[in-house]
Amino acid sequence: MLTLTVNGETHELDVDPSTPLLWVVREQLGLNGTKFGCGMAQCGACTVHLNGAPIRSCVTPVSAASGQQITTIEGLSSPADLHPLQQAWIDEQVPQCGYCQSGQIMSAAALLAKNPAPDDAAIDLAMSGNICRCGTYGRIRKGIKRAAASMTAQEQTDKAGDAATSKEQQHG
Amino acid sequence: MGKWTRRAFITSGIIAGGTLAVGIAIRPGNRSDKVAGIIADDGETVLNVWLKLAPDNTVTVVVPHAEMGQGVHTSLAMMLADEMDADWNDVRMMEAPAHKEYANYALAKGFALGEPDLPTFLIDTVDGVFLTATKMMGLQITGGSTSVQATGRHAMRIAGAAARAMLLQAAAAEWDVPVSELQAKRGMIVHAGSTRSARFAELAAAAAEISAPAKPRLKNIDEFTIMGTSPARLDVPEKVDGTALFGIDITLPGMKYAAVRAAPVFGAAVESLDATTVQDMPGVRRIVNLGDAVAVVADGYWQAEQALAKLDVRFTQSGNERVDQGDIFSQFAKVLDQAAADDSYETDVALGDASTAFDSNARVIDAEYRVPYLAHATMEPMNCTAWMRDGKFELWTGTQNPLGFAHEVADALEIDADDVTVHNQYLGGGFGRRAFSDYAIQAARIATESAYPIKLIWSREEDMRHDHYRQANISRFRAAVDADGKPLAWENSYVDKHDPAEATHIPYGIDKQLIRYTTSSTHIPWGFWRSVDHSLHAFFTESFIDELAVAANADPYQYRRDLLANNPRFRAVLDLAAEKSGWQRELPENWGRGIAIHRSFGTIVAQVVEVEIANGKPRAHRVVCAVDAGYAVHPDGMRAQMESGIIYGLTAALYGEISIREGAVQQSNFHDYQMVRMNDAPTIETYIINSGERMGGAGEPGTPAIAPALANAIFDASGKRLRELPLKHHDLSQPDRRSRDVA
Repeated sequence: MLTLTVNGETHELDVDPSTPLLWVVREQLGLNGTKFGCGMAQCGACTVHLNGAPIRSCVTPVSAASGQQITTIEGLSSPADLHPLQQAWIDEQVPQCGYCQSGQIMSAAALLAKNPAPDDAAIDLAMSGNICRCGTYGRIRKGIKRAAASMTAQEQTDKAGDAATSKEQQHG
Repeated sequence: MGKWTRRAFITSGIIAGGTLAVGIAIRPGNRSDKVAGIIADDGETVLNVWLKLAPDNTVTVVVPHAEMGQGVHTSLAMMLADEMDADWNDVRMMEAPAHKEYANYALAKGFALGEPDLPTFLIDTVDGVFLTATKMMGLQITGGSTSVQATGRHAMRIAGAAARAMLLQAAAAEWDVPVSELQAKRGMIVHAGSTRSARFAELAAAAAEISAPAKPRLKNIDEFTIMGTSPARLDVPEKVDGTALFGIDITLPGMKYAAVRAAPVFGAAVESLDATTVQDMPGVRRIVNLGDAVAVVADGYWQAEQALAKLDVRFTQSGNERVDQGDIFSQFAKVLDQAAADDSYETDVALGDASTAFDSNARVIDAEYRVPYLAHATMEPMNCTAWMRDGKFELWTGTQNPLGFAHEVADALEIDADDVTVHNQYLGGGFGRRAFSDYAIQAARIATESAYPIKLIWSREEDMRHDHYRQANISRFRAAVDADGKPLAWENSYVDKHDPAEATHIPYGIDKQLIRYTTSSTHIPWGFWRSVDHSLHAFFTESFIDELAVAANADPYQYRRDLLANNPRFRAVLDLAAEKSGWQRELPENWGRGIAIHRSFGTIVAQVVEVEIANGKPRAHRVVCAVDAGYAVHPDGMRAQMESGIIYGLTAALYGEISIREGAVQQSNFHDYQMVRMNDAPTIETYIINSGERMGGAGEPGTPAIAPALANAIFDASGKRLRELPLKHHDLSQPDRRSRDVA
């Protein structure tokens, strides 16, 4: 038996440890948002987070993910509270066929977690492992910048709120 | 078949729960029993509807096309809703089931084959409306950029307009006022002379009693309220949170997984297979010999793949095992030479007598171009889930032709087409590939002897090596030019004509033209590939016209512009692209700018590319695109399709190459069939002209012009005229601005 923690939930699985994480997530756990595209880490459609870092689940043996924190597109947010990238994807009308977009968003989310204001070079570096045959690259770039701006703005609002609260507390 | 005439009519009725359904009946008699339940919600009985108006005033538009990213579910819903004057916030969409009430297979087949008994339908009558749409849809096909052009124009708009007319009449009768005093507005009928108003749904029962108009009046462009705006696409939210269901995502109880490997050489078959090595591998259920392929069924896809890789299979010799790519091009060159020698070309276009110009003392310029085979490489590899129960098949897949798939699977399995049901899902890319049913037939065959549903998934390698390929080609040109370099005659000869017929046509005012082709078949399966023949001929013709401009020492934009003097619509598109690009602006050292224009699927597109040559490689930085599709129903969707078509064409121009070695495809995955990625994607600016001309398509017309615009830009930057795609094969590290080398 192998222990796998995906989106905060821990599963005990009877699975060949060499099976790529992709197929375990899709077939055993029924999380179909993560896609199969190439099977050799060339296209990025299968991108998930392993302890917050983007990995290609199609070439990652499930044994390597055991005991780690795995996040898939389903665990990135809740329907009521979209990740800023998902909102930006809607605002910029990014997806076309949509098949690669789970992977695109997971790669972008890992980028923004590390670099809250990526420039074009940083976006190129983080996103060039993800292929989109519909050619939505321009909109993905805009979406990342929009999400980055909204996250920064939100953070500043939060900080201002915190400052106001602590001031009130001081005065109180 | 003649009795079908006059039996097509707009029909309406109230279905369970008080919903008004409006559709077009095309068969004699009442067909409601036949389609009951197909698209109905619980307890509803419906006809072959195009729209449903529910008591809560929501309007559900039934769209008979597959969504593969082109936004068709949204744009067709907009066309209907606008003519109906529905409130867009209340509009929902559902994809039509794969059923003959939505596109009659036999009838459309008759059209395609030119069956003489078929009546001649007039587009402007309701009799003709649906059937013309059916023909254009080609068996409920999504392809050929026809959805908006044909279905939208001939079915969606008319259904919406008919519903509106019925609702207006119902209100007029109920309030005893003339229809002329009434207005339909955002889901309401309002009376100008009083305060009376009613939601559409309140009038549904009365509207159902009214005969639909035979020819409802359609709006003029200046009356559009929804068309021409860019509402958020209906399919986007579920494509950002992983919930959108593609074919590959279908899960059925007890489902097993299949991996498949077809004979590497097209035309070969399985000679023998030895299952002993793999049948005891973990999870393996069955080994299936499909005749030209083998499949392994296992509990998991990975297990199936692992076993397939170890399976010992021998394939027969097809006779094509010694064919290499060079042989194919040699064969093309030979048949072209032969056709020229014995004058056996088929004629595409013959204007004036071109030979007189070539026989004169005019200067003659010639060139030969080549393009390779191309694969579609949709992001979602081919897949299909099949379940056979009680002799009937259900298929879950993404297809551009659900009804055609049902029939082709039935034909292959020699069963009745009524015993095959196709449940279409989102397509993870189509581009023409998902119009071919080979993967669905395989899935059905594997499921034939199974007690459980089978999900067949092609590996990327299988997908790339068993595609239906855009053809390789050689195209030869000759032009006679006058002393000013203006073309007097244009001659073009090429191999293999597919579709559309006009792909080789040029818009330029050249009096003498001879365009011709010959046939040279190969064993490589051919397929529709985004923009089909336009994808190669635009590269050929727009490169050669550029060569003529250079030979005339003319500016390539001005040279084209002069030749478009009698073609103002083209000229306007060309001018807009040039103007927005800043055509005259200086570019840095090692940069170049190129232009191309091409019409496909009724839409004219001009593109200007700015390229930089760095380390011997071209890098496209900026593309300016001008487009006239007559009218952009959803302008942002139009821009998205131009962006998409450009990146698709750019990938092909820079990198795309499927080559044949020993009869088989050499490439296998994205490492050797390279794609444009984020780091080499140019910025794209799209400018739309609404000329008001007949509406054209959007899904494909962005693709053809990018390859020639890029090659022309590379010439501008480097002086190297690249006549063979993909461009990655050319070494640009020795820039020489003034020479006209053949690289």
